[in-house]
Amino acid sequence: MKFDTAAGPNPIDRLKVVGKPTDRIDGKFKTTGTAPYAYERHDVAPDAAYGYVLGSSIAKGRVRSIDTALARQAPGVIGVVTTLDTPRIERGVMNVAYLFGGDVIQHYHQAIAVVVAETFEQARAASFLVKVDYAPEDGKFDLATEAKTAEPVPADSGEGSGGNGEERIGDFEGAFAQAPVTLDATYRTADESHAMMEPHATVAAWAGDRVTLWTSNQMIGWGHGSLAKMLDLPKEKVRLDAPYVGGGFGGKLFVRADAVLAALAAKATGRPVKVALTRPLIANNTTHRPATIQRVRIGATQDGTITAIAHESTSGNLPDGGPETAVNQTKYLYAGQNRLTAMKLARLDLPEGNAMRAPGEAPGLAVLEVAMDEMAEKLGLDPVAFRIRNDTQVVPTEPDLRFSHRDLVGCLKLGAEKFGWAKRNPKPGQVRDGQWLVGLGMAAAFRDNMVMKSGARVRLGGDGTVTVETDMTDIGTGSYTIIAQTAAEMMGVPLEKVVVRLGDSDFPVSSGSGGQFGANSSTAGVYAACVKLRESIAQKLGFNATDAVFEDGEVRAGNRAIPLAQAASDGELVAEDSIEFGKFSKTQQVSTFGAHFVEVGVDVDTAEVRVRRMLAVCAAGRILNPKSARSQVIGGMVMGTGAALMEELAVDTKRGFFANHDLAGYEVPVHADIPHQEVIFLDETDPMSSPMKAKGVGELGISGIAAAVANAVYNATGIRVREYPITLDKLIDRMPDAA
Amino acid sequence: MKSFTYERPSTPAEAAAAVGRTPEAKFIAGGTNLLDLMKLQIETPRHLVDVNGLGLDTVEPTDDGGLRIGALVRNTDLAAHPRVRKDYGVLARALLAGASGQLRNKATTAGNLLQRTRCPYFYDTAQACNKRQPGSGCSALDGVSRQLAVIGGSDACIATHPGDMAVAMRVLDATVETVDGVGAARTIPIAEFHRLPGDDPARDTNLQPGELITAVTLPKPVAGTHIYRKVRDRASYAYALVSVAAILSKDGSGHVAFGGVAHKPWRVEAAEADLPKGAKAVTQQVFADAKPTHENAYKLTLAERTLGAALNQARV
Amino acid sequence: MVGAIAPAAAARTDEPVLVKVTFTVNGQRRDLELDTRTSLLDATREHLHLTGSKKGCDHGQCGACTMIVDGRRINACLTLAIMHQGAEITTIEGLGGPDNLHPMQAAFVKHDGYQCGYCTPGQICSGVAVLEEIKAGIPSHVTANLEATPQITEAEIRERMSGNICRCGAYSNIVEAMTEVAGARA
Repeated sequence: MKFDTAAGPNPIDRLKVVGKPTDRIDGKFKTTGTAPYAYERHDVAPDAAYGYVLGSSIAKGRVRSIDTALARQAPGVIGVVTTLDTPRIERGVMNVAYLFGGDVIQHYHQAIAVVVAETFEQARAASFLVKVDYAPEDGKFDLATEAKTAEPVPADSGEGSGGNGEERIGDFEGAFAQAPVTLDATYRTADESHAMMEPHATVAAWAGDRVTLWTSNQMIGWGHGSLAKMLDLPKEKVRLDAPYVGGGFGGKLFVRADAVLAALAAKATGRPVKVALTRPLIANNTTHRPATIQRVRIGATQDGTITAIAHESTSGNLPDGGPETAVNQTKYLYAGQNRLTAMKLARLDLPEGNAMRAPGEAPGLAVLEVAMDEMAEKLGLDPVAFRIRNDTQVVPTEPDLRFSHRDLVGCLKLGAEKFGWAKRNPKPGQVRDGQWLVGLGMAAAFRDNMVMKSGARVRLGGDGTVTVETDMTDIGTGSYTIIAQTAAEMMGVPLEKVVVRLGDSDFPVSSGSGGQFGANSSTAGVYAACVKLRESIAQKLGFNATDAVFEDGEVRAGNRAIPLAQAASDGELVAEDSIEFGKFSKTQQVSTFGAHFVEVGVDVDTAEVRVRRMLAVCAAGRILNPKSARSQVIGGMVMGTGAALMEELAVDTKRGFFANHDLAGYEVPVHADIPHQEVIFLDETDPMSSPMKAKGVGELGISGIAAAVANAVYNATGIRVREYPITLDKLIDRMPDAA
Repeated sequence: MKSFTYERPSTPAEAAAAVGRTPEAKFIAGGTNLLDLMKLQIETPRHLVDVNGLGLDTVEPTDDGGLRIGALVRNTDLAAHPRVRKDYGVLARALLAGASGQLRNKATTAGNLLQRTRCPYFYDTAQACNKRQPGSGCSALDGVSRQLAVIGGSDACIATHPGDMAVAMRVLDATVETVDGVGAARTIPIAEFHRLPGDDPARDTNLQPGELITAVTLPKPVAGTHIYRKVRDRASYAYALVSVAAILSKDGSGHVAFGGVAHKPWRVEAAEADLPKGAKAVTQQVFADAKPTHENAYKLTLAERTLGAALNQARV
Repeated sequence: MVGAIAPAAAARTDEPVLVKVTFTVNGQRRDLELDTRTSLLDATREHLHLTGSKKGCDHGQCGACTMIVDGRRINACLTLAIMHQGAEITTIEGLGGPDNLHPMQAAFVKHDGYQCGYCTPGQICSGVAVLEEIKAGIPSHVTANLEATPQITEAEIRERMSGNICRCGAYSNIVEAMTEVAGARA
């Protein structure tokens, strides 16, 4: 099905199942420990051997030799595969660094060997017997230093809202010079780690020349093609299966070393092999959100109309890596006649920078929305009012391009009302509650609504059961449930009559999970397949497909009503289709909007920051399941709070690695950091997004939240910290004398 | 983790003897730090003597009005003990500020005293660390040091003792009781229990090889407000950037020790006379010889302000 | 001396040292012969194929492996299986199954107290134990008065649950699930 016209009325609009805050259908498995994750597949690979991965102990250089003699003699060891035994493996989709093979070390903890043994304990012990001789080389590890010689980024350089390196509208410099009120400030965001709870893990088993990988991956279609290429096999000989994925956040968009090494080790040893990256390896072996240095300049008239806005960002990456596209939202969010956005990319020899939840917008809004707060204060305007004043219904860089549906103002107004924003003291450092300096902050949220082609297969069984098969993944996003809701709505059956099977590369290729495109795209694919199934059912039962109503387990038209199951009484009916998004989807700008409101307390003595209240208001089209969608939003808010207050991969700029490479060193928020969270969804639909009229919310929640926290810290203390995370050491010297 | 043999004796003397006679042997109690380090082969014992069968898990009053805490009393139980809650609040608070509920259920009094540093270079076996591998150097000196020591360090090591409990015990003037492999008992004042790194940072404490902690004794309670203020980036389940253990009277007089700043709980008794004059008067003396890195100099301001907060709390 | 072996000498080779251990898991007696190095977590996941308890970090930094052992929650990754001779162990599978959910499991479903599900078994085991800990009068970091009996409040739940990291960020919902279970029991 091509999505080439705005969605009209369709069966989803009935909202008998879709749009309901249904409990997740996979909940009873997740809460009982019976949902199988990759490393746990005793059912499919009962005799799997254990692979233990070794990482490079240098950041850059070559491996001269690897002595595996002792390891091979160690008890229980079945085999050792080293990077020197293996020609450099080709990279898969979105890989920047090479994952394995050859003697070149591109980054710290790059995989250099896997030791396979009968037990985990034996593999781990033997891995310490592998002796490696390196020829280290000097590398570039400090973004601040390398930023001085960073190169401008060519156009279309990355994921996010499109990635033109430099884009100019009007005369920014001239307008900025003439503006009566201006801001020119530079900010930094930190390197961040996805730190999903399930480590990257794979069980690989060969049967002849075919290999199956039970793995943890967000994008089965990409992974399938990538692994075929990496293993030099036709795609038919490779199967991936990932029914449950223990978090990804962008870190499992692509094939990582666990999958490659499991496959190679299984082949080398003739045994199924399972490999999980150990926690201390993950931060440096895999990918991270790159740090940025961002400069924002805003010029406005006295009444707060923006006349000039510039946002520039510099980040670093390995050769062939892209920039963190932190300036993108600035092209869309606020009006202004004269504009400049630009990115520079420094070459670094740190581990690979790549997508992490809301790449671009998360660090970009963390900066832009602080700059807006600073500007509002200079103008003497309320930060909410300043944003409303500069709202736009067209894309500022392309005035002919309208937003399909944009209610940022509605989010801001409702949020301000519900949060009690009017009670905020605009003068910072004034409100005290016991030991706490209390402050309120807000920020706008914006995330583009990307769409991806997505397919599904739907089966109607003789008992009336509807089975959906798609390689879509549920990484915590609620895919199982919203797909079941979609199929139930389309086929007119209760949710209990729908079975959803996900994550298998034998199923039709879906959008996968990423870029907050998964929910809308994958359910639209299921919609398309259901439309086809309805047609064949109608035909089978002698209905005109356009007249037939699928409801209450029956197909009805005129006076006739026939049980749905009857259509499959002499054999299962199967339909397969996909939703494809073409040029039509670009005729309007489809984006998601929100507003974050945060109250923080800052300890008057120690400058510890603790979040006290949080509210997000989201305008993101039809909400397919308000319960799981809300969870996506609060989860983004938690991760963004981490970015605001504690998360930072600490770069050892001399040795070239992230030093705090475990979950004790890299602190993410815990229960005690997060108060009760409120989320309000505006009641809206967007027929330009898909037949579902839904948009993504999985990344909207993290977009802007860090700035709302930062602005609240400023309101509490009067101290503006322009370097994330806002830890107490950046506040303590400027804190008021404790009374 | 290297393979190891295992035994579980039933008396402290047997346990000490077992470690004494077996090469590369270690005691294991809660195991929450030892196993963590064994998985990374930072610790490589070839024989483990499980001390969980020794008893040593009671809290008893002493004749002079103090408390004797068995070495194997779990952190949870010690913090929940009525006498500790009533008379040694600083200790209960310190225990409850540490780790997580799960870890406190396992971690023991003796093991907590023996926990090793969280310096990232100690934990990464590819990096130079004189504590882990004597003579290899110290990557932390010019590396990531935000969490590390500001005082008492050396050119060989700027690791911090990561614990909370020991800081409270330091201000309480606790005494550590031990037995060695030939059954000889001795007591070590807490002030002399942990070492400074000097040129031998591999040794965290003054325990002799094979010496087993059997108890920690607290003197009779000290009156005053008991305070343990732990400062950290996240609200829980995090190591201290700075902590203050204090017992203070309304006029400010009392005792104070600092955590998160040195290789051992840091206390300068001579400075305590100036507590009534305010935090600065004390921290100027306590940290007179501080040598912070550019990444951790904030700890000096933080220590002063945190002590100030404790003094304010005591005044109320 | 319970279930111990007293070897003549320390391990001098890399050969695994095998030790027999018997404990009860979810009410069922289990007899195992294990490499001394096997953590309680790996014993259940890899040897008993009870994979509900998760390995998130293997270093006591995340709580995904939380089990209830002899009535107390612990990190199963940081304890040796052979140290639990005779122990009563409850894993997530022992609380309830898909068709007979424990009240805490049902509350997590109702309040969407999870997303990816990987930390969930640990959160639930911890959650069950936390309510017992408060009932038993064990104080926490946020208990204002050390000498008073702690109450079940949101602040108490948040502090006590902080050893269970949820990167998906379901904390707010988990607290609501636990509060509901606590209220129903009160």
